[in-house]
Order: sequence, then structure tokens, then C-alpha cells
Amino acid sequence: MRFRCEVVVRLKPGLADPQGRAIEGALPALGWVDVSGVRVGRVVEFDVQAPDEAAARARAEDLGRGLLANPVIESFRVEAVSPA
Amino acid sequence: MSPRVGVITFPGSLDDRDALRAVATMGGEGVSLWHSDRDLRGVDAVILPGGFSYGDHLRCGALAARSPIVEEVRAFATRGGPVVGICNGFQVLCESGLLPGALVRNAGLRFVCRIVQIRVETSASVLTDGLVPGEVLRVPVKHGEGQFVAEPDELARVEDEGLVLARYCAPDGTIDPDWNVNGAANAIAGVRNGAGNVVGLMPHPEHAVDPDVGPTGGQPMFASLLAAALARA
Repeated sequence: MRFRCEVVVRLKPGLADPQGRAIEGALPALGWVDVSGVRVGRVVEFDVQAPDEAAARARAEDLGRGLLANPVIESFRVEAVSPA
Repeated sequence: MSPRVGVITFPGSLDDRDALRAVATMGGEGVSLWHSDRDLRGVDAVILPGGFSYGDHLRCGALAARSPIVEEVRAFATRGGPVVGICNGFQVLCESGLLPGALVRNAGLRFVCRIVQIRVETSASVLTDGLVPGEVLRVPVKHGEGQFVAEPDELARVEDEGLVLARYCAPDGTIDPDWNVNGAANAIAGVRNGAGNVVGLMPHPEHAVDPDVGPTGGQPMFASLLAAALARA
């Protein structure tokens, strides 16, 4: 069976995020004076063949751990797994 | 007998040819290696060159680090073989776990392309064996993602175990935030592994071996590398 998976990758909290800071810096000029703490991550979506949802989720975890996130600087979470 | 130094070409590598040329200029024999081969062609040392392998997609060096050739490099490094990662090559070595830490976007968000000074921090590596700690070398950098980072525990370990290869510095060798070109933690420009046979650095020694075109801070580094390679030949 085919499953659609979403993996969200985030920078670890302690690490400086120049992109997030740049975005946050631009906000006041656009009228967003009440937004702070901006951090930028990424979402990776993919289809995977698996016998069931639990197996698909396990494959998504493997891919997240093995490639999609660098454990030195990032954490990841499998956000969604659904039949494709 | 010339030492044979392999230079890996990944899809998107740019500075492989300059690395081969630097090897030849400094008296070695450059050997081209291909990313999808499982063959290091009997070389005595391996260079992972600069560039934009896989377009820096996902993360710089992330995809290249999973290449077949890198598995061979891992085995070669385990046997004590000299391995040098320059710029994108440094990113590949960190992604593959052969070196600590990671390289992220420059703190100032700008791509930096200029000649900098680096201060040698250790002579206990295949790249700095002929150098004296404290020595200042002039070399070019050209990168957008060269900020060395590590979690606090790992950064402390890198410092405590003497794994820092070089730091960005002022012309007189002092460490000063104004001369930290990308915001790297502790101004770290390069690191080594514990055994000193695997090194990575963001600056480009291969672009600094020819006095006719620029600084020559790369000469002593290539001399050390070729000596290390010769010792294995």
C-alpha cells in the first residue's frame, strides 16, 4: 500500500537561526509589531510503500533520522501519514 | 616517487580541478575519483573538494555524504588514511560523521568571497604537521554556509581534545569577532579528528599555492599533506 508522509525538520532550539532573525527583522516595517521568536524549518513530503500505516510511519522515521535531519543541528517529527 | 592524491568529483563539485592542479604544483600526482565508484584507485590521500555538490539541496554536503565513494573514504580513514575536506568537502565530512559539528549559513547571511587570515591551532594533523601553532596563513574563503556550529557539549569536546585545526584571526593572529568572517563558534575555520588523519576546513588552500595569482597560505598545508601521503606510499 502507498502512504503519503510528511516530515517536519526544525533547527534545534539553542542554535542561532539567521534566516529567522532576518525575517523577524523585516516584520515591523510590514506592520507586524507583535511577532517575535521566528524560526525557519522545512517540510519534506513523500510517498512510501508499506504493508500498513505503522510500517509506513517507521519508514518515515528512518528517513528522517538517516537523511532528512542532521542530528547535530536539527530535530524532526513525522507529522502525518495517510493512505495515498 | 610522487604521492598519489585522489580528488573526488561529486555532481556539482567545482574546485576538484583546482585541487588536482594544486597537488601537481606541489609535487604530487593528482588522481580523479568519481562519486559513484567504490574505488579509491590506490591513492595515498583523499581530498573532498569545494563546490556545490547536489546544488546544496537538503543541506550542504548531505547528499554527497551518502555517496558510495564516501563509504570507501570512511574505510580509508579508519585505516589511518589522510583525508582532507575543503569547504563543501568539509561539509560532507561533517555530514558523514567523520568530523564533529556542522556548517550552517553564514551569520551575516552574505556569501563571503575574500582573502582571510587563519591561525594554526595544532600541528597534530596531516594538513598542519609542518606548521607551528600560532602561525598565521593567508588563504581565500568563498562560501555562504561556512559557520561552524556544534552543541555545547560537543564544542567543549572539540576544544578540550585539541580538535580545532585553525581559527579566523586578525593579521597579527589575535582572535577578534571583527575577523570572524562567518560567525563560526569560537572562530573555528577547520577541525581535525582525534587521530589527526581526517581534517576539514572552510578556507581554500588549493587556491593559495601560486604566488603569481594570490596568497600562498596553502603551500605549507599541501606540503604537509603530500608528506603524509608519501609516508603511506
